[in-house]
Amino acid sequence: MKRVYLDYAATTPTHPDVVTAMLPYLNDTFGNPSSIHSFGQEAKGAIEEARETIAALIGAKNDEIVFTSGGTEADNFAIKGVAYANEHRGNHIITNSIEHHAVIEPLKFLERRGFKVTYLPVDQYGMVDPQGVRKAVSEKTILISVMHANNEIGTIEPIAEIGRIAKEMGVYFHTDAAQTIGHIPIKVNELGVDLLAISAHKLYGPKGVGALYVRKGTKVAPFMHGGEQERRRRASTENVPGIVGFGKAMQIAQNEMGTEAERLTLLRGGLIEGLLERIDDIQLNGHPRKRLPNNVNVSVQFVEGESMLLNLDMEGIAASTGSACSSSSLEPSHVLLALGLPHEQAHGSLRFTLGRETTEEEIERVLEVLPPIVAKLRSMSPLLKSRV
Amino acid sequence: MAPNIRSLYSEKVMEHFKNPRNVGEIENPDGTGHVGNPVCGDIMELYIRVNDGVITDAKFKTFGCGAAIATSSMVTEMVKGKTIEEALEISNHAVAEALDGLPPIKMHCSVLAEEALKSAIDDYLNNSQGMDLESE
Repeated sequence: MKRVYLDYAATTPTHPDVVTAMLPYLNDTFGNPSSIHSFGQEAKGAIEEARETIAALIGAKNDEIVFTSGGTEADNFAIKGVAYANEHRGNHIITNSIEHHAVIEPLKFLERRGFKVTYLPVDQYGMVDPQGVRKAVSEKTILISVMHANNEIGTIEPIAEIGRIAKEMGVYFHTDAAQTIGHIPIKVNELGVDLLAISAHKLYGPKGVGALYVRKGTKVAPFMHGGEQERRRRASTENVPGIVGFGKAMQIAQNEMGTEAERLTLLRGGLIEGLLERIDDIQLNGHPRKRLPNNVNVSVQFVEGESMLLNLDMEGIAASTGSACSSSSLEPSHVLLALGLPHEQAHGSLRFTLGRETTEEEIERVLEVLPPIVAKLRSMSPLLKSRV
Repeated sequence: MAPNIRSLYSEKVMEHFKNPRNVGEIENPDGTGHVGNPVCGDIMELYIRVNDGVITDAKFKTFGCGAAIATSSMVTEMVKGKTIEEALEISNHAVAEALDGLPPIKMHCSVLAEEALKSAIDDYLNNSQGMDLESE
């Protein structure tokens, strides 16, 4: 049975050309970029080339790109870095209720150390209201953090509009772009962001490497203290093969983004339509139009997500759920709850995220396989009975 | 998001998840247990038929994850043919053991299965006491 991978938002397979580009840096070109001999300088040249590629693609300057170990580190760096470097000016940070844990958890950490955080609500589609951001700004506000697109429901936030407000109010603006980089166009000046977190493994690059864009002049405390790498903002010997792979992945994404987004939007539309047509009592989560080209998130009433996932997995289909039967808290996805979904519908959510290898046949297979799974689970659901 | 779901469960759990025993309801049951809530994502309903102090039939309906369905299935298998006293002895650990173990984060499902059974037996005991009073 050929397996069907529909969890590209979790991670993507590494592009073969990315692997090819990385290999020399795992073999002969092993030097430490900080060394002045030729071994070191070869490696140094490679990471600077990747930096140039990535900077150019997001409309940044080379020295505004700081390589990190991934998206989570980039988010932590942006948030704690701005907080610690600007606490003399204020201690207030604005975010919203559907951010990734890589943003929420560092903010909670800061709250325990005296910072104040405003978590703005979102509407039923997961959209942050820019005017809500404006109203939340006080003279103590030092940072606004709103994700470019949500990883669970795919809703694309009005970043450019919030960026204009942040600029007008003189507040630093960070966006977590882990889900959008390489999938939809990003130009830091058009978005009006001061900080932007990205990750390689979401765009067919390797795991363990990401970057933070830091606009020139933005005061940010270093994330790691040690050597002088990354202009003293992030000490540690660079992940040379990872960075090279990241650069290659960005280059490929730039070339293919337009046609791929179009292709995926069509497949996504077909999957959503098919699911709503073939399964009763099912609803789409997230914005109907302002959503990532590859994201489908539905709530199937009266059944629980993990039991659907298990059944799909037995059919060779990999998806994900916002149910949290496996987490220690047992609470379902904070994102789905923030949309106003009742707990049982949040537990009944399924996310399919499409990518390079996704075909029409695969979508058709999901549409064939899922309805009987739902029917089977509903036949043993006490929730359905209580409704009848 | 649920981690490594299939390697998470024993073959026995998967077997009961794929082919759950005793799914459904019993008409006019002698006892009904209803436990769990939508917040935690598991809801179990367990029905028992009791004749002369012996559980002769048990059925369930469950909204929940793989472990919740498997423990429901297993507990209904375990109680059949047992006296009320014997059934009250069935612990969540016994249910989990009968399934060749559950991952630690799923042990709450076995607790729920035990509670569902206890709740059904309580219901039966309340009902039968009521009947005794009526007959007096």
